Amino acid sequence: MKALFTVFRRELAAYFVTPLAYVFIFIFLVLSGATTFFLGNFFERGQADLAPFFGFHPWLYLLLVPAIAMRLWADERKTGTVELLLTLPVSVGQAVVGKFLAAWAFAGIALALTFPMWITVNYLGSPDNGVILTSYIGSFVMAGAYLAIGACFSALSKNQVIAFVLAAVVCLLFTVSGTPLVLNAFSGWAPAAVIDTVAGLSMLANFDGISRGVLDAVNIIYFASVIVLFLFANAIFVSLYKAR
Amino acid sequence: MASNVPAMIEIEGLKKRFGPIQAVDDVSFTVGRGEVLGFLGPNGAGKSTTMKILAGFLPADSGRARIMGYDVAVDPIEAKRRLGYMPEGAPSYSDMTPETFLGFIAEVRNFRGAERKRRIGDAAGLTQLEEVMRQPIETLSRGFKRRVGLAAALLHDPEVLVLDEPTDGLDPNQKHEMRLLIRAMAPKKAIVISTHILEEVDAVCSRAIIIARGRIVADGTPGALEARSARHNGVLVVAGADSRMRLKPLLASLSGVAQVIDETDGLFVQPLDGRPIFDDVRALIRQRAIDVREVRPERGQLEDVFRSVTIGADGGRAAGAAQ
Repeated sequence: MKALFTVFRRELAAYFVTPLAYVFIFIFLVLSGATTFFLGNFFERGQADLAPFFGFHPWLYLLLVPAIAMRLWADERKTGTVELLLTLPVSVGQAVVGKFLAAWAFAGIALALTFPMWITVNYLGSPDNGVILTSYIGSFVMAGAYLAIGACFSALSKNQVIAFVLAAVVCLLFTVSGTPLVLNAFSGWAPAAVIDTVAGLSMLANFDGISRGVLDAVNIIYFASVIVLFLFANAIFVSLYKAR
Repeated sequence: MASNVPAMIEIEGLKKRFGPIQAVDDVSFTVGRGEVLGFLGPNGAGKSTTMKILAGFLPADSGRARIMGYDVAVDPIEAKRRLGYMPEGAPSYSDMTPETFLGFIAEVRNFRGAERKRRIGDAAGLTQLEEVMRQPIETLSRGFKRRVGLAAALLHDPEVLVLDEPTDGLDPNQKHEMRLLIRAMAPKKAIVISTHILEEVDAVCSRAIIIARGRIVADGTPGALEARSARHNGVLVVAGADSRMRLKPLLASLSGVAQVIDETDGLFVQPLDGRPIFDDVRALIRQRAIDVREVRPERGQLEDVFRSVTIGADGGRAAGAAQ
């Protein structure tokens, strides 16, 4: 457990010793603001809530989260430090979870820094802060799911660009699987159960309920399952790479 | 080596295959306290692979590796606690400073508070890193980077130390320092270093294993390996052309001499079965009052042995390719 925490601390600090952290946070804040105000018609809607803000989070994460996950393992493979890390008294599981939690904490920091949004709606009107809180929680958990996918693909290549592209494609599939674009391809021939399952795999659909203030166990279980599944795959990929 | 030394590293019948290449083929050896084992071999002979298996990074196909009695495949964490391993190239997190990097290593090794500080200080002192402790590792010279890697391997004062090419890329002064350091640590530890620099084996190792195509082809003290050289106990006589002409038949008729070879430096007198013949050669020259510049005993070069055993292990393939 201590080893896991040590890996976590090193990884989190590693984000802040390079410009990556600051560039990422800056871009995230600018994009989340821009999407809210320009694409989300924040003012025209005339409602004191953050629905337009959270509504774009899946799309922002799709682009940005693989960027913070791509270095987790690809960089270690490229520089050879993976051999150092895994010959220390650290298990593969501890390394995988420690790295993931560091990236997740970093995403949490970026998300927390959007607090001016919350101040703004509270200044302009009287929003339901309970809904905003559940939305923040939901958004954070969803970021974890995207990150787990990104971390997993980072372990597949020593090239960060390849890791990014693979992760972004898989994240995209998970994002859009509930949209008509995908579901129409299934409707007409596939049984309803299949369509429901595919729709149920969607980040959008699972986040939708939460962002309306409903913390449904099913949605949380969904995100938790995605995290566990991909971290498990991540550990397998790391072990396979070691054994190559 | 001496069987009364308890083995701290035990390797038994280790095998590892990468696709069609048998990288490690039935390698067995043990290393005890006070031994410095030099692991020699041409590039791609299986040195690094063996060390990676020993360090618990690569799983072996068969056979086992134990550190202080802990099987690296069964009890990896316990084995790794007792091992200091520097991978090839001494990788470290380049965006950290030696101070934060060694701090990370110390924490992973469960050192906290004052103990952590003391360990970092000791490791930095041993490897002479004090002056660069706060510079990002990526800005350091190669020699310093290598020392950062070594400091990380030494930090917990492990009983078993495995260093993959510790002096590669260092300048002669740094190499010398590194060897002094390894020699100073030797009495209390079991150390394995890999190298393809043969003088290093003479300088620091108490024992050498030569590996070629994944197999051990020679195992002994550097002296014993040198004795396998055709030049071992030979004598080089440096003299002018006239003296050489006169000497050659005389030397060839000495008992215990296998043959006399004309070399650019002089005449090389090769003994029968590596018998010492230096005194006989000198006596002969003095008795006949032949004018020579120098009479020099040779002890055989590890390099000759290295070449002959590693090319032999190629099954004549290297020789065939050269033609």
